[in-house]
Amino acid sequence: MHRFANPARFLKIARPLTVWLFWPGLLLLLIGCACGLFVSPADYLQGDTVRILYIHVPAAWLGMGGWSGIAIAALMQLVWRHPLAAVAGRATAVPGAFFTAICLITGSIWGRPTWGTWWEWDGRMTSMLVLFFLYLGYIALANASTRQGPGGVSAVAAIFGLVGAVNIPIINRSVVWWNSLHQGPSITLRGSSIDSALLWPLGFTLTGFTLLFAAIVVMRMRAILARTKVEARMQRLARG
Amino acid sequence: MKAKHQRLILALAALAALIGAGLLATSALRDEAAYFYAPADVKTKGVEPGKAIRLGGMVVKGSLKHAPDGVTIRFDVTDGKATVPATFKGIAPDLFREGSGVVGEGAFDRSGTFIATNLLAKHDERYMPRELEGMRYDEQSHKMKVDR
Repeated sequence: MHRFANPARFLKIARPLTVWLFWPGLLLLLIGCACGLFVSPADYLQGDTVRILYIHVPAAWLGMGGWSGIAIAALMQLVWRHPLAAVAGRATAVPGAFFTAICLITGSIWGRPTWGTWWEWDGRMTSMLVLFFLYLGYIALANASTRQGPGGVSAVAAIFGLVGAVNIPIINRSVVWWNSLHQGPSITLRGSSIDSALLWPLGFTLTGFTLLFAAIVVMRMRAILARTKVEARMQRLARG
Repeated sequence: MKAKHQRLILALAALAALIGAGLLATSALRDEAAYFYAPADVKTKGVEPGKAIRLGGMVVKGSLKHAPDGVTIRFDVTDGKATVPATFKGIAPDLFREGSGVVGEGAFDRSGTFIATNLLAKHDERYMPRELEGMRYDEQSHKMKVDR
């Protein structure tokens, strides 16, 4: 990983990488959405409401995956002092919060016709809302600490990112540990209780959203590095 | 020892302590964070009449009856270990049906019947097209099988 410690070397790879992540991601996402809306059948019980799962599941996965990324970046920043780790953590926060919000909103829209309620304080929903608030806290901390490093985040924000990772297994296990309104896990290591006729478009949207997420993170990292460069040049000019 | 290794050990120790604390907290919450009481919980712990709770379980097949007034329904809720009778007056959600999950908000009366003031349908983890209705997911073979 330390081969990419030099931002110039990272940028050389990041530029083509953005293109290769973004366009295939968008294509897969559009195929998945079209198939999920028009090709796959309706559920026997929920009818067409089931189709929201093609957005809801990738959003939940990326909301939780985003924070896992922040935690790994925080560990690399604190232990190995990798110069790009802090930039990566900071770049992941906003898209992660965005997908967590999409997960909460789509879940609420699905819950009204299915359960008969927009919101209930059960284990899964509450822990996911906590994740959203953790993102907001991390973004505030990261923005407050920009002066401490070159475009990165301070050690305080990194420690916050590590501490917040405790919530990720809690979200995952919330429907197993406590009886909850949210159904148990459909897709486990042993198989899927979602019929394959309904499942396959999810593979497209899941891969598509993940590639798009990665593309956004790389773009944001480039933007942060560019801004740092501009600030350094301005300071040099100001000193004359 | 290099400073890098010191930081790694420190970070991992802190992380282990955090995960331990998180697990302790969630295991302490185990009962309090439950969203509803299952019928077996009601039988073993005892819920006094009039106390507002949520009761969750499956609607027993063949137990759903409509009262003559047209808006009151009676049904039994089970979790496989215990069964309790329940009544609800009002419009039940679309997914409320026999053999399906339900969460009711309300309280027990003195005779042990659960008087629900609000009903929520609980969806399970099975998703399938309409043609496969009546089939269920088999945990052992990971295939859909006809429900008996």
